[in-house]
Amino acid sequence: MGAETIFFFLFGGGAILSTLGVLLSRNPINSAISLVVSFFFLAGIYAMLSAHLNAIMQIMVYAGAIMVLFVFVLMLLNFGDEEHEKPRLNPTQIISLLVGAALLIAMFSAATAFVDGSRQVFHPSMPPGFGGVEAIGHALLTSYVLPFEMAAVLLLVGIVGAVVVAKRRF
Amino acid sequence: MQDIPIYEFTLLGWIALLPLLGAIFNGILGARLPRALVSTVAAGAMGVAFILSIVAVWTLFQGRFEGADGHTLYGALYHNVFTWFEVGSLRVDFELLLDPLSAVMILIITGVGFLIHVYSIGYMEGDRSWWRFFTYLNFFVFAMLMLVLGDNLVVLFLGWEGVGVASYLLIGFWYEDDEKASAGKKAFIVNRVGDFAVLLALFLLVIYAGSLSVVELREWASTLSPAQVTALGGVLTAICILLFIGCTGKSAQIPLFVWLPDAMAGPTPVSALIHAATMVTAGVYLIARLNFLFVLSPTAMTLIAVIGGLTAFFAATIGVVQNDIKKVLAYSTVSQLGFMFLAVGVGSFFAGVFHLMTHAFFKALLFLGAGSVIHGMHHEQDIRRMGGLKDYMPITRWTFLVGCLAIAGFPLFSGFFSKDEILWYTLANVHLLGGVNLSWFLWFLALGTAFLTAFYMFRLYFLTFEGECRADEKTRSHIHESPLAMTLPLVVLAVLAGFGGFVGIPPVLGNALGGLPNVMHDWLYQVIGPGEAFFAYRFEGYGMAWMSMAAATASGIGGIALAWLFYGKPSDVPGAMAEKAAAVHRILSNKYYVDEFYAATVGRGVTLLGRVCHRLVDELLIDTLLVNGTARLMGFLGSVLRVVQNGQVQRYVAFVFLGIAIILYLVLR
Amino acid sequence: MLSLPLSWYLMLSATLFVMGALGLLLRRNAIVAFMCVEVMLNAVNLTFIAFSKYHQDYTGQVFVFMVIAVAAAEAGIGLAMIVNMFRHKHSVQVDEATLLRH
Repeated sequence: MGAETIFFFLFGGGAILSTLGVLLSRNPINSAISLVVSFFFLAGIYAMLSAHLNAIMQIMVYAGAIMVLFVFVLMLLNFGDEEHEKPRLNPTQIISLLVGAALLIAMFSAATAFVDGSRQVFHPSMPPGFGGVEAIGHALLTSYVLPFEMAAVLLLVGIVGAVVVAKRRF
Repeated sequence: MQDIPIYEFTLLGWIALLPLLGAIFNGILGARLPRALVSTVAAGAMGVAFILSIVAVWTLFQGRFEGADGHTLYGALYHNVFTWFEVGSLRVDFELLLDPLSAVMILIITGVGFLIHVYSIGYMEGDRSWWRFFTYLNFFVFAMLMLVLGDNLVVLFLGWEGVGVASYLLIGFWYEDDEKASAGKKAFIVNRVGDFAVLLALFLLVIYAGSLSVVELREWASTLSPAQVTALGGVLTAICILLFIGCTGKSAQIPLFVWLPDAMAGPTPVSALIHAATMVTAGVYLIARLNFLFVLSPTAMTLIAVIGGLTAFFAATIGVVQNDIKKVLAYSTVSQLGFMFLAVGVGSFFAGVFHLMTHAFFKALLFLGAGSVIHGMHHEQDIRRMGGLKDYMPITRWTFLVGCLAIAGFPLFSGFFSKDEILWYTLANVHLLGGVNLSWFLWFLALGTAFLTAFYMFRLYFLTFEGECRADEKTRSHIHESPLAMTLPLVVLAVLAGFGGFVGIPPVLGNALGGLPNVMHDWLYQVIGPGEAFFAYRFEGYGMAWMSMAAATASGIGGIALAWLFYGKPSDVPGAMAEKAAAVHRILSNKYYVDEFYAATVGRGVTLLGRVCHRLVDELLIDTLLVNGTARLMGFLGSVLRVVQNGQVQRYVAFVFLGIAIILYLVLR
Repeated sequence: MLSLPLSWYLMLSATLFVMGALGLLLRRNAIVAFMCVEVMLNAVNLTFIAFSKYHQDYTGQVFVFMVIAVAAAEAGIGLAMIVNMFRHKHSVQVDEATLLRH
């Protein structure tokens, strides 16, 4: 068992467990904290997959910025333990569980079937600097400069939209 | 029979189109336009159509030439508007044809129609639905023109149904009155019975002749060999009888005459135009038009003659005891139509059409005169409350008298000539299945009818115009002569009814007067000649013809004289007679209980059928199974689908994911 | 060192995605449901990165970059809407947002 396997199970298991925490904790604050933890584990997996820039962005933007926004909102609304969901099984939940099972089966079979078995293993050697800031930045500002700029516009629109929607009267 | 040349003539379309345009214009805009404009458009469309008709007939007349057998032929004007439909080998063109027969008809329709439009301007004054009236009237004329101009029987049938609709609309014109509305329905339903038979006849024609074009049918009939005629005998008889059943509906013959007296519920100009002059004669026209077909079936011809004769007589007997001025005229119309059918039944299509024309003149005149009286008397229709109107309404009185003389067959008035022709041909023909005895029987029947006709018409005249006025004071103070718009058509029609007969001077008279031609017969020869050629007539020379004419004249004058005796001066004879023959009087007053008989048999039967259909088809099949069943099915499906659409976001999202899962399965499969 | 097959990463991603989906379907708190959307986005990102490495192509990673940008914008607006909803209903229960149902 190589180091990669160990790290895969460490990070993967951690991500699954902390995501379970998101789903199951009663208090939304706990959910948010669990989600941050989950993001950290996923960042580890990204790093294993030579996506270093994305691993760092995952921590900085997702865990750092987006989740902070979530927590801010939670504290702003301050409904505390108001949500006491009774563990009753209503039709929606039954349907949801069935759908979830169906989706899981479908995606698992997709995961195994999509790539044929003999070539499932990754290429052993990686080009130097793959997934680094320089490589991604270069790609972003050459081949993908248009989507990049559009993402910038989208964020601007997002800012304006958020302000407008959250305003007291509109 | 040589071929008849056919000339293309586009104007024909316009003759029919003008009234339709008038109807459309008034129908859409009439309610918002001033009355004067509405009536001008309606009457103007008719006037222009009349002028165009004259132009068309003149064109036809110009094309005359001498045929192989020495008779003058005129050819025909033809216009194919468009091909209506083409199914298999059957091709139906929307084709119009003007030959001497339809020429007579369009002149009557547009000419009398125009006069009646003008008359209506006066008569309908002040009616709330003025525009509706003119719309219907124009539409009627359009349909009637389709009927007589259509060369294809399908086009003819379109007009046939169209006049039925127009008649229904106009009888029930004052639809707020239940009785009038149901009179319209009665007319329509009774007509439908006949129309159905016509439809069946058309189907048979398609099967056996393969065409519905009159021109082609005529060719087909002329190429049939005697052997073929014998072989097809049953079918031909069936076709002719079915067509005749249609005629009994449209032209109010036994057994389908019951609607016409009730149809008097409509405005009087309508009664004059539709239920006297034009529409009800459609049956006679149809038989004259298809004479080449009818002559192939002696059975059908005999039936037509007998039905015609019987209808003429029975309607006349009913007419004797009616007290409503319009009802008298209605039964008189039925009776005169019977005369026409008698004429075509005995093979004298000329006499039928000739009587159709003179009848159009004098009956339109009589109806319009009656309308004028009703107008002047403020909608009083009972002749027992009239009398002495000659001082109040001189024009109406004189023109009405002309009409009465014409219908009574007073010598030299138009009815005299046409009625004499019918009597003569009835007596002289030798083709009826019953032989000479049947001829004599029908001749006496017709003679009796002529007598009764003269009697009840002059009863009507004397009770209305002569003697003391029996109206109450209030009404009497208001009696007035009608406006010019109404009297002018009366005068014109009186001239036509008076002198219109001279176009058809019978050979017996013409010969005696130094070879005067029978203009009408020569004109129609092209259409009816081949039909008449089928028949032989007995009696050489003119002896029996003089006898028949003398008998007809005597019965007419006798009827007038009797009416004068009974009603010309105050007398208690009629009352006494009614009391002595109370049973007869009651039967006649109740119109032989035909309506009651129909109500008890057909009406009850249909009601029963209707109830069964209502229970089974309507309530069970349609209501329960189809309507509510559909609703319940939809409700059930809805309750199933509501699971998907419960308004909760998460439920929706669940199904989105389900969709993704399904798509994934499908992609991977 | 790189010995794990691609399908393992994909299965991890699928597991996370389904967990996020179930959370979205089952949790009635709008904010938690929203977090679950983020989980799903991350699961998808993982797939992108795995494939990116497998094909040795940057495109997947660039796509993840875009996804993060979109997620940021979405979080901003989504949370603003939740704040607004809370103002109107004094609750962030998803099943109470039924104004468009009737």
